Parts: sequence; C-alpha cells; structure tokens
Amino acid sequence: MSLKKVNKIQPDNFEFNSNNLDLAKKILSKYPADKMKSAVMPLLYLAQKQNDNWIPLSAMKYIAKFLSMPYIKVYEVATFYSMYNLSPVGKYYIQVCTTTPCMIRGAYKLVDVCKKKISQKEKELSKNQQCSWVEVECLGACINAPMVQINDEYYEDLNTTKFSEIIEDILSDKKPKSGSYRGRINSEPENNRITLLNNKNA
Amino acid sequence: MLKVKVNNKEVQVEEGLTVLQACEKAGAEIPRFCYHEKLSIAGNCRMCLVEIEKSRKPVASCAMPVSEGMNIKTNTELVEKARKGVMEFLLVNHPLDCPVCDQGGECDLQDQSMFYGIDKTRYKENKRYVPEKYMGPLIKTHMTRCIHCTRCIRFATEIAGVEELGAIGRGEDMQITTYLEKTMESELSANVIDLCPVGALTSKPYVFEARPWELKKTESVDVMDAVGSNIRIDTYGWEVKRVLPKINEDINEEWISDKTRYACDGLKNQRLDTPFFKKNGKFEKIEWKDALDILKKKIDVTSPNKIAGFTGDLTNMETSYSAKELFGKVFKSPHLESRTKNNFIDIEKRQNYIFNSKIKGIDKSDLIILIGTNPRYEATMLNARIRKTYKKNKSKIYSFNNLGDLTYPYEILNNSTSEIKKIFENNHKISKEIVNAKYPIIILGHEILNLQSAKFIFEGFQSFLKDNNKINENWNSLNILNLNASSVGSYDLQVLSNNNDTLHKLKSNFFDVIFLFGQDDLIFNKKNEFVIYIGSHGDRGAEIADLILPGAAFTEQDGHYTNLDGELQMAFKASYPPGKAKEDWQIINSISQIMSEKNLFDNKKDLINSMISYLNSNKKNSFSSLFKKEFVDEKISVYPIDYYYSNVIARSSKTMMECRNLRKRVNKTGTEG
Repeated sequence: MSLKKVNKIQPDNFEFNSNNLDLAKKILSKYPADKMKSAVMPLLYLAQKQNDNWIPLSAMKYIAKFLSMPYIKVYEVATFYSMYNLSPVGKYYIQVCTTTPCMIRGAYKLVDVCKKKISQKEKELSKNQQCSWVEVECLGACINAPMVQINDEYYEDLNTTKFSEIIEDILSDKKPKSGSYRGRINSEPENNRITLLNNKNA
Repeated sequence: MLKVKVNNKEVQVEEGLTVLQACEKAGAEIPRFCYHEKLSIAGNCRMCLVEIEKSRKPVASCAMPVSEGMNIKTNTELVEKARKGVMEFLLVNHPLDCPVCDQGGECDLQDQSMFYGIDKTRYKENKRYVPEKYMGPLIKTHMTRCIHCTRCIRFATEIAGVEELGAIGRGEDMQITTYLEKTMESELSANVIDLCPVGALTSKPYVFEARPWELKKTESVDVMDAVGSNIRIDTYGWEVKRVLPKINEDINEEWISDKTRYACDGLKNQRLDTPFFKKNGKFEKIEWKDALDILKKKIDVTSPNKIAGFTGDLTNMETSYSAKELFGKVFKSPHLESRTKNNFIDIEKRQNYIFNSKIKGIDKSDLIILIGTNPRYEATMLNARIRKTYKKNKSKIYSFNNLGDLTYPYEILNNSTSEIKKIFENNHKISKEIVNAKYPIIILGHEILNLQSAKFIFEGFQSFLKDNNKINENWNSLNILNLNASSVGSYDLQVLSNNNDTLHKLKSNFFDVIFLFGQDDLIFNKKNEFVIYIGSHGDRGAEIADLILPGAAFTEQDGHYTNLDGELQMAFKASYPPGKAKEDWQIINSISQIMSEKNLFDNKKDLINSMISYLNSNKKNSFSSLFKKEFVDEKISVYPIDYYYSNVIARSSKTMMECRNLRKRVNKTGTEG
C-alpha cells in the first residue's frame, strides 16, 4: 500500500443529482444536528457511486460544504480508506479476490486474464477507458471461489473462459448476469441437496 | 486529592491529572513527543510508557488518568526496554541527516535518542521518503523527518483555529499536509515550528543561518503590537537571527504571532547608520557634530511654541520620557504628542486607557463584546485567548462589525452608535446579557475612540457598568484595546499635547520645527517645516526629514514598554546600533547638551530612576475635559490594518513583504470554490 495519488485531471464541479441528494438528506437525518460530520463516509461513498467509481476533489469540497466541515478533514478520510478511489477507475470497477480460498481455486489465473484483457497494472484504465481491475482481500464469498466483484455485483464460480466472456461483455458496455457461473443457486450444493432434506424451511 | 506512588515515593495529586503529570509532580522525568500541555492528548508516539503495578503491559502515561493507589514505576528494566523499543521504531524511518538539519542541537528526537535510545540500528531496509510539502513562506518542510506526533495538526485546529493541517493516508504512508499544499492562513502559523519535536517543520527564513549553540540569547519583549509578548532574541554578532517565544502565562502563554517572529529581518534592512542632512533635495552624510550644530542654529531662531515633537509606535518609555523632559525643560514647548489622531483619551485614571480585564482574565470571561476593533490583526495573541475561552466556556461573542474570520463564531450587531447607546441605556437585548454575565468583557477599539461621540460612549458605558457592579475591585469589564507597543507607556508618561491641539496645528502647517521620534505614521502636507527624524529605519518619516539622526531599534537598547494590560516590561539590549547610530536617549541628551550646555540625565540609570519616580508620582492632568461630550449617530468602521506592513520594522522585512503579497493575492482570487 502506498499513499493514494489524486488524479491530475479534475472536473471543475460536482453536485449530487436529485436522487442522491434525497439519499444524502436521508443519511443526514440519522445523525444529530451538531454531529453532521459523521455522515462524511456514506456521503463520500454516494459521491463515488455517482461519479463512475471515483471521488474528484470537487466532490470532497462539495461534501465538506454540505456538512460544514473543513476540506482537509474530508480529504483525510478519503485518503485513509482503501475503498475510496481518488482517480478514475472506469465505469466498471473489477475487484478480484485473491485471498487464500480463491487463490487455491485459481484466482491468479483470473488476474492473468485481467492483465491480458484490461491493463498490465492494477487500477489502470483499459484502452476504451471503460474499466480497470484491482486485487483485493477476502470478499466473503469463499464457498463460491474464485470470484470477482464488479461494481455492486458478485460474479462467482468463475474460470478463465467464463471470466474472459464477462470482460468482453463489459468492454462492449454490456452488463453481464451476476451470480454463480456454474448454475448454482447462491451457495447451494451443485448436484441437489443431500442434507436437511426433511426440513421444510431449509 | 489522590495518593499515588511514583518510584516508591508517595505523592498527592489532584483528580483528573494524567499519570505523566503525576510523575512530573514527583520529579520523575518522562520522555515524550506527542504530549504537550497546551494541546489535547493524542497518545500516539508511545514514548511516555511507564510501568503500573497490576497492569500487564506498559502504559502510555500521557493518556492514562491517575487513580487512587496507583503504583507507578518509571525506572525499571521494563520501562527502559520499552523506551528503547519505541525509540528504535521512531528511528526506523527517520533520516540520519542531523548534520544538515536545522533542528540539530535543539531537537527532542536527537536529545531523547541520546538519552533513552540504543546506539546502533538493526534496520537494513530502505527508509521511507516523503515528498516535501509547501506550507507558505514561513515554514520549511522536510517531511521525511516527520514522526507523526500530530502536534502541528492539533495546534492548528485547537489554538490557531484554522483547520487546514491534516494527516492524509495511513500507517507508514501517513503524511502531514495542508489541504492541497496551500499556505496556512493564520497569524500564528509559525508556532508549529517550535512545536515540532523533530526537524520536519523548520523556519524558512532562518534556514541554515546558525546553530543554536552559537547564538547569544536575550530575553526581551515584543513591540509589534500592544500585547507585549515575551520573546527571546537570538543574535549572532550584530545580527538578530531569530525571535522565539518565551513562556508567560499572563500574556502570550507560549506562542507568538508570525509578525513578532519574522519581522526581525527588517532590523537588517533600510537602517540609518549615520546622520544625514538634506541639501537641495538630496541627503548627504554628515558628522554628528555638524548635525547637532545645524539643529542648534535652527532651533535658536525658532520660538518655543513653534516646535513640535511626535513620538512613534515603537518608541520605548525612556525615549518618550527624555523627549518629554527635552520639550519641557529645554525647548519649553507644549507640543509633544504620542498619538497620530486626536482620539479620545482620559488619562486621569489608569483604568481609563488600559485593558482592565487583563489578557489572563479573558480565560474566565463568559461574554465578549467587540466594538470597533478587529483583534485578529490588532492583537493576535489576545485573539488567541478569546478563541481559547470560546472553546472552553462557549462564551458568547458579539461584534458591531463584520470582521470576517476571527477563528471563532460571533454575532454581528447593527453597526451604529445609536445601537451602542441603546445598550448602556438598558434598552437592548445585550444589556440584559451583560447584567447577567459573571465576567463580561467589553473591548473598545481605537476606531471607536476616533468617533465624535467617543467620550459619550466611553462614559456612558462606564456608568452603566458601574451601576450594574461590573466595574468593581475584582473585575473591570471595560477595556481599551491599544494598537501600539508605546501607547500605554506614553499615556502613563502623559506624552500628550497640553491643549490637545498639536495635531490640528500640524495639519494647518503652524510649526517651524518638527521632531519625529520614530514616528512614521503622521499624515500631513509638509510645507516649510524643518523636520528632524530620530529613528532607526529609513521609512516614511525619514523621507520627509531635513535632518536625520540615526537611532536604535528595540533590540539595540534597553527600554521599558507598558503593554495593554498596564504591565511594565523591559526589552533588553540584544545587539547594538549599527554604524554611527546611537541609543535614542543619548541623542536626546546630546541635543540638550548642545542647546543648554546641560545633560538631561547623567546616565541611563539616572534616566530610569527619574522616569520610575515620575510614574509613581501619578500627577495627572484632567485631559478628558478637552473633549466634547456629544452624541452623534455614526457608523463604526473598522479599517483593516495592513497586518504584515504595520510598522517600520515590518515594512523593511522581506519575509513580511512575502507574506503580505501572498495574502493579498489570496484575497483577490478567493480560495474557496
């Protein structure tokens, strides 16, 4: 980990769109009036979602004014957490889990696919500026390993061919189907259940 | 009171103290980096680890509140080992560049690693490098040396009141920076240099100038404003290398303003080092003897009441007093004046022109009303106190003007004298607040004293506060905020023209000979007057002068100053006047010698004794009767003073010039957006 670099090219202005503005106000209402600063993290996340997965400086300023707190405090928070991106990562942000279970099930092969199809380095934009990838720690879907997260969706039980197809889709700006790619329902066994058969609620 | 044991020695400490403070009380020294008495507790350097009985691990003593029956040990093997360990970690990423570091010789890290650390390193990996950060013209950064104690951040947010410093990133990559590397917009910014325990933040103008052990240190007082901050002047030969704060809890605690600290390079520039005489519009160097002869010839042909004298904003009391004696005994002229405007002043009682609540008293105040003053620029340290009490007591603060950012919130009132009138006529919502407040403070600035209704307002307030028992033996809530270091001293010495008409006569070109004792701020159209300038710098006063007699700056002569509290303090001689320049009282003495063949004073001691006995004799004229008591409905305007350009020393200083340019540009373009 090294200090996150702030992108050199920055948009001049940022404002929440009406949808997000409503959401932001809803978030604010959860905190007492003199503790508005507490909402800085959810608001930064909201801004990141609205702005293609990265937070420009103008958004930090906007949020600082929104919560009437100093710029530097927002900047501190944004640079501290690894899940806030301070430079563009594309419309599709691929997070490849490479923690032990996924690694054993071939996560590094998925990384190789990323390197070949998207970019050589992590957090580097693809040629069409549409997506980038990054290695992350456990995303908590070990039973469906190997898996990747693209924006808000999980793509599980992958292999290189299937993952290549997903990336092809993304590069042509099509949103692929999320979930297991071996036909499983969530994390159920692959060939019908063999336990808890008598339990109606299972 | 709690009973605790420190190294088997029993001590009693108050409740609420930390273990570190308890150890200090018991005389056990504990090393620390992040802990500072005046700042909040961070507890992140871990240098202050101590052993406490029944605790399995060493404890950070700065963040641990002391409790009954604690058995604290600071000299055991465990503590020693813990300190060594912490020290080793702190030095992991700290460069070994002490020989080229400006902090060398006065560095906490250096001293403590010599005392508590180990003498070799086990770390073979590469050290971290951190790019330098721009923090303005005063602070030089070398962030690789930073040990992340966060003292600077806490100072900026808590005391300076500008939340511009912060720590970005985390862990090893944490970096201290201002937001996007902008200049810190504070008049107290350079105090972070003193706070920094390592060489990460050092003084930019002082870079590679000298080593601390080569400097002669003189304790003195500051003259940039009327607060009279206590300072230490470090000199190398003649040159004043730097100015540092000296702790005085009653006045400046342990901070000083940037102007106090950095105007000192103005003492090297634009200095008058030899007498000059203006011939055909050009200055020519002359000898002292010739200069005095010219002066005698001129004064001999002038009638006494056509001679006027004006003392300046940095003039010490010795000079003012000798000038007063010179005018009274030798010239026999009534026209000696220390003000630049005919502002209202009632010198009959001392409490009519000083800051009665005292700077220290601000700490307990619960209501502050600013009238016609902007304390941020007029008395920076006083403003820091107001912020302190705002933080501590949540005091309510009102102002009659919109003064921009004062580093604390305040309510703006209707800007007119009729509004003030309403207050002391008990017709205003604030009147009630004043009556209900325990320790209210009303600060009258110099702008209010320039108004036509000044006397009316001052006396109205005085009687209102007296009626409500807000002026009594223990607390006096009516304060005057004087602007200049010399103001209170001059009033104490009654350096005021007898009939309050000197400034009027100056404007109507009545005088033939004008003496300027370091006075550069007079506004008048010079016609046929013969102007004699006695002072240290070639500035506005010297420009219009016909004869210049070079004097000494405040660092080059012993001199008394009375600050706005009314505290008599002494500025000591740290250096000597350049070239042929003399101390001011010597010049005045030699003028007396040539005019009347008699010295005013035998020596400096004689002068000081005579001055002190004059101050004690307390024979004051009723001066206020010269002002009309009338009410006019006026607007109160606070003209922003040019903070970095307000006196001769600051005007000659390159550092101040840089700050001023920077601030001006910032004001023009705007920073937000």
